[in-house]
Amino acid sequence: MRTQGPQLQSLSPEPRPIRRAGRATPYLFLAPYLVLFGVFVVLPALYGLWISLHDWDFLLPRKPWVGLRNYQNLFSPESRDFSDFWQSMRATGLFTLFSVPFLVTVPLLVALLLNREFPGRTFFRAVYFAPYVLGVAVVGVLWRFLLDPHIGLINQSLSATIPWTTDVPWAWISLVGMTVWWTLGFNAIIYLAGLQDIPRELYDAAKVDGATRWQRFLHVTVPGLKPVLLLVLTMTLLGSANMFGQSYLVTRGAPANETRTAIMFIADTGLRTFRMGSAAAMSYVLALTLLVISAFNFRLLRQEDT
Amino acid sequence: MTWALGAGASVALGGCRESSTPREPRSSTVTLTFWNGFTGGDGEYIKKLVGDFNRSTPGIQVKMNIYVWADFFQKVPGAVISGQAPDVCVMHIDDIPTNAARGILVPIDDLAQTLGLKESDYISREVWRGGLYKGRRYGIPFDMHPLGMFYNKAVLRRAGLDPEKPPRTRDEYMAALEQLERNGIQGHWMSPFPFTGTLQFESLLWQFGGELFDPDVTRATFDSDAGVKALTWMVDLVKKGYSPPNVGQDADVIALQNGENAFNWNGIWQINAFDEVPRLEWGVAPIPRIGIQDAVWGNSHQFVLLRQRSPNKEKLEATRVFIQWMSQRSVEWLASGKIPVLRSVAESPEFNAMEAQVQFARQAPYIRFPPAVAGIADALAMVDKAVNQAVLGKASPADALKSAAAQATQVVRDNHEKYGD
Repeated sequence: MRTQGPQLQSLSPEPRPIRRAGRATPYLFLAPYLVLFGVFVVLPALYGLWISLHDWDFLLPRKPWVGLRNYQNLFSPESRDFSDFWQSMRATGLFTLFSVPFLVTVPLLVALLLNREFPGRTFFRAVYFAPYVLGVAVVGVLWRFLLDPHIGLINQSLSATIPWTTDVPWAWISLVGMTVWWTLGFNAIIYLAGLQDIPRELYDAAKVDGATRWQRFLHVTVPGLKPVLLLVLTMTLLGSANMFGQSYLVTRGAPANETRTAIMFIADTGLRTFRMGSAAAMSYVLALTLLVISAFNFRLLRQEDT
Repeated sequence: MTWALGAGASVALGGCRESSTPREPRSSTVTLTFWNGFTGGDGEYIKKLVGDFNRSTPGIQVKMNIYVWADFFQKVPGAVISGQAPDVCVMHIDDIPTNAARGILVPIDDLAQTLGLKESDYISREVWRGGLYKGRRYGIPFDMHPLGMFYNKAVLRRAGLDPEKPPRTRDEYMAALEQLERNGIQGHWMSPFPFTGTLQFESLLWQFGGELFDPDVTRATFDSDAGVKALTWMVDLVKKGYSPPNVGQDADVIALQNGENAFNWNGIWQINAFDEVPRLEWGVAPIPRIGIQDAVWGNSHQFVLLRQRSPNKEKLEATRVFIQWMSQRSVEWLASGKIPVLRSVAESPEFNAMEAQVQFARQAPYIRFPPAVAGIADALAMVDKAVNQAVLGKASPADALKSAAAQATQVVRDNHEKYGD
């Protein structure tokens, strides 16, 4: 990405034509990754598809073939999983809807601040990144006690009795808030790297042209960050759609199961009630939904390009 | 002390020690692996017990792994499939049928027979029968751990109540709550979460004469009149202001420690946690009779053996020695906050010196366990949901129970089909 000096260019040798024997070279370089990808992603995914067509408990000798029944159940209101599954999908959707805007914009603001020269900059970079290294168990327990409606520090200092963990919409505010606090460091680092890739000359040129700070942000920073934005948006969307630990630890899905996310319900179905077939079918429905959303997302940002 | 306990315990095991005590293998050292989920305060006690065992039996060395229960139940099937199953485990009574049906556990009728164990040795018929699944024995009881009523003596005194006479009946209990309320204290914080809300609901359901399921466990019946009465009583505590609304996880017990809450119905395992709180004056009593009869939720840890790819006779023998030794030392284990299962231990002076445990043990005759059928935990999750919904005021007790019971019925029917009960 960095601009290269002219003398460097003249030093680089002419690209040599790839010899016939060298055709395999790129594939050899790719091979280790492809093997890992195949063994740990493609094969399990296909195996999962196979499982989703059975009533599958990995310890029972009988794993009857049920065809598409596991999928049909998810779409027929009288089945055991229908309402629970779609409630959990709704919870996942709501969490994604509430959290992504904050997770995309707040880290950008932080990155813009941390990109400026000021004393103690490295210290603050560390401070914002620090929560990200904590495990979800630590974060969950910490916030559960901070947010407790009666004995928590937050309500104590507000002298209020807001049901942060036991009622909606408060539970959503809690879950989104703690997630932003916990993970904003990661997106901020990516933004920071992106910001540093924008050539300084462009800012200098814009300044010479008399652009205000806001105009420089809008016309230099934002276009320069576009690929990074797309990356951050897609990763954050997928990350939020896979939320599990926060709900599991802080709200336990309360009230009733309103904050139980799809992953939480799938884990429950597969690992606690040992209905791997149904759980696999649910995972595929979730994965397909996310695929569609990601594709839409890519398209949207590409269209803006033209 | 160990000598005295040993003597008491030999009686405990039916006096058949001479005749059938398995001999320790002499040839070489046998190493046993022992898995359990004692991650709480009881972890220290089990470590000490296993350490003592290893010192006293040079021929048998036990290596113990402690996992969080949730992890434990995910690791065990994997270990069994891959032929790496531990030699002996401890499980809850309601986990036995599921794991027996899934072929993780092996029947141990002969082991129980060698140890000379029989129903009359136990203080609760249910705890002995709970180790059975489809007529075969899979579990040997180690302890029981019921719910009980903890109370903060200082708080009772502050409200002018006698801290040495905790309420026993519904009328006494309501009068105490009323008096606490007049003194600005919300006396019974009602938790909407499984710990401790669901455990309270199940206890009350049985107290009002209800049952979780019909006798064959083909239909959920916790939405009966008894269930509605039980849950309504719980919700009314919130409505009448005896409990704050929206109690968070564990907030009820922390409030008791902080002197904000007077009563907390909690598990016996809480004893050691309260002991560690400085300046906390706490007492414990059987939970009051709110319904028409005495009943209280409880559970039991049981020794189980896992399916091995290549069963080893020497190891099996060593396991037998280990289980017997552990049962004999159960008084030391009870200090971790459990009540005995063996009649002789319950009657021993060593146990009767444990004040708090003795209060819990008064409930032994009417401790109730979840039904012993495979996959029952899946159906019981619906009870959690109903309690959460009703206590948080999201639905009326009757509505919450009705829809949860309908779902639970569907679950137990699926389970019958799946496990072929």
